[in-house]
Amino acid sequence: MTLLQVTDLSVEFDTAEGVVRAVRGVDFTVERGRTLGIVGESGSGKSVTSLAVMGLHRGARIGGSVRFDGTELIGAPEETVRRLRGRRIAMVFQDALTALHPYFTIGDQIAEAYREHHGASRKAARKRAVDVLGDVGIPEPARRAGEYPHEFSGGMRQRAMIALALSCEPDLIIADEPTTALDVTVQAQVLDLLMRLQQDRGLGIVMITHDLGVIARVADDVLVMYGGSAAEQAPADRLFADPRHPYTRGLLDSLPRLDAGDATELRAIPGSPPSLLAPPAGCAFHPRCPVYARERNPLCTGDRPALRQVGDAHHNACVLDEVTP
Amino acid sequence: MTTGDPATAVDDTPLLRVEDLGMTFPGPRGAVRRLPGVRAVDGVSFAVRPGETLGLVGESGCGKSTTGRMLVRLLDPTAGRVSFRGEDITRTAQSRLRPLRSRFQMIFQDPFASLNPRQTVQQIIAAPLRAQGTAPAAVRREVRDLVDLVGLAPEHLERYPHQFSGGQAQRIGIARALATRPELVVADEPVSALDVSIQAQIVGLMERLQRELGVAYVFIAHDLAVVRHISHRVAVMYLGRIVEIGEKNEVYERPAHPYTKALLSAVPLPDPAAERARERIVLLGDPPSPANPPSGCTFHPRCPKAQEICRTERPLLRITGPTAGRQAACHFPE
Repeated sequence: MTLLQVTDLSVEFDTAEGVVRAVRGVDFTVERGRTLGIVGESGSGKSVTSLAVMGLHRGARIGGSVRFDGTELIGAPEETVRRLRGRRIAMVFQDALTALHPYFTIGDQIAEAYREHHGASRKAARKRAVDVLGDVGIPEPARRAGEYPHEFSGGMRQRAMIALALSCEPDLIIADEPTTALDVTVQAQVLDLLMRLQQDRGLGIVMITHDLGVIARVADDVLVMYGGSAAEQAPADRLFADPRHPYTRGLLDSLPRLDAGDATELRAIPGSPPSLLAPPAGCAFHPRCPVYARERNPLCTGDRPALRQVGDAHHNACVLDEVTP
Repeated sequence: MTTGDPATAVDDTPLLRVEDLGMTFPGPRGAVRRLPGVRAVDGVSFAVRPGETLGLVGESGCGKSTTGRMLVRLLDPTAGRVSFRGEDITRTAQSRLRPLRSRFQMIFQDPFASLNPRQTVQQIIAAPLRAQGTAPAAVRREVRDLVDLVGLAPEHLERYPHQFSGGQAQRIGIARALATRPELVVADEPVSALDVSIQAQIVGLMERLQRELGVAYVFIAHDLAVVRHISHRVAVMYLGRIVEIGEKNEVYERPAHPYTKALLSAVPLPDPAAERARERIVLLGDPPSPANPPSGCTFHPRCPKAQEICRTERPLLRITGPTAGRQAACHFPE
């Protein structure tokens, strides 16, 4: 069942140096109980996409459609979006310390959010806070609820933020690099927690990350973004087994593998990610693309390519992907 | 390239030897006296051979960066000894350290923070050459060669750091570190601030420079896959101590210490099928604070194999593998 349907999403900002087209024409859907991984490098538009979905981009021009459980969010009254945000759509950020208020205890913050959305009594909200802290694996939740964010370790703070996100029983969690600041052993705990909660509650999850390992561990479907556009989209198994966009292939080839012995040399992608102020014409990846370097195909520098279906549930934006549909 | 490579095996005297190195940061002043300090690094010993890469891995707070800084005397150790080419440099006065300075250099994580924003690339790379009294004409020539060596163009010389991307800025940092043709470069998380596609460029560059110049690296990073790729040998740190050290394939394929094993199993592989098939050891809790380390083996509260002895007795690094170079600090190694 489709929980979130994003169609032709675009986000533009006016800056002193000109218009930044951070996202152009991105489509995706998130089903209940499934995880969509959005992967990309800096400037790919992955985080801007999530903020736009949450209606958290003031001052940006947002186009396209974002439908959450049948309700259109783009252009909807602020009150409608505000009521969904936090209640049915929750967000988990990379940096829990900036997402949590330093002056209030963890328990108070969770209780307050619950009261705001559910109109519960103080006592019931307080109990709810302790319960969700326990759910996310915080030991002695009743005591820890009375502590402030700075008294929590990095991993515990991230859990507390997930508890805050879960307290209102959302249907969808948008997690933007939720484990990037964590040590790898703690990251494993937090990812396991998210997956367990998903199983128990049928949550839809959007996992935004630069880490292809995290994507491989948690995602059912993957959207690869580059320069503000979708490069490739496929079920996770297919994407890793048969990457078709030269950027996806380049990304996987440039990754050192933990399980590779005396590996061959890493095949780096030359150049740097494009500037969003002055993006290259046509396919944003063409200046770094080995296929373009070889073939100099004018299609690569024409219109910006959109995703096309190249296989079962597999979509690729590369114009040179030869498919017989 | 492996440790068996003739280019790295001819010279048996270590380039760098570290013995029982320790760093205790002073504690805050209490009402009556100073509170106990934080032992960030404790009893660390290892050697680096000419032309090899020793990877230093561990999670935040394990003391890997503090160790790196002590190797090049950016921090003065509170215990132990660092010797470079057999010469003890632990207590050498900074003024007398100068002639040696050109022989060991450092590369930092944030390329922009480590480059002076008001200097051109030319000035930045020339600085260490000037400091050692190279003639101006030779400096200009050298700087041009260095810029070419790290894959930048001559027209970049007159630009300022902010005009570069992160990857290019790291190339400038590498050129500066190599200006005096050092024998050892300590690189502290040199690629962790970079995008994945750029990381591979910088790792590839460092590997090429090692082949061409024979420079040895101490490569400090939390990314275990990058460390496996670039290193010949690897040391794993936990709470200020080395818990395992050895040839990289031995450590990665047959980890002897339960912490190494858990750490490796926690790294997600970019391969969904492999991820599903994998046995994962999920450790409980967070790494403890170095300000209040557990008794005995500091890993025991999180260790799936911990016994009574682990709570009381600190295990020392000892040989556990088929080769003498492989050591682990565990009462019950694999």
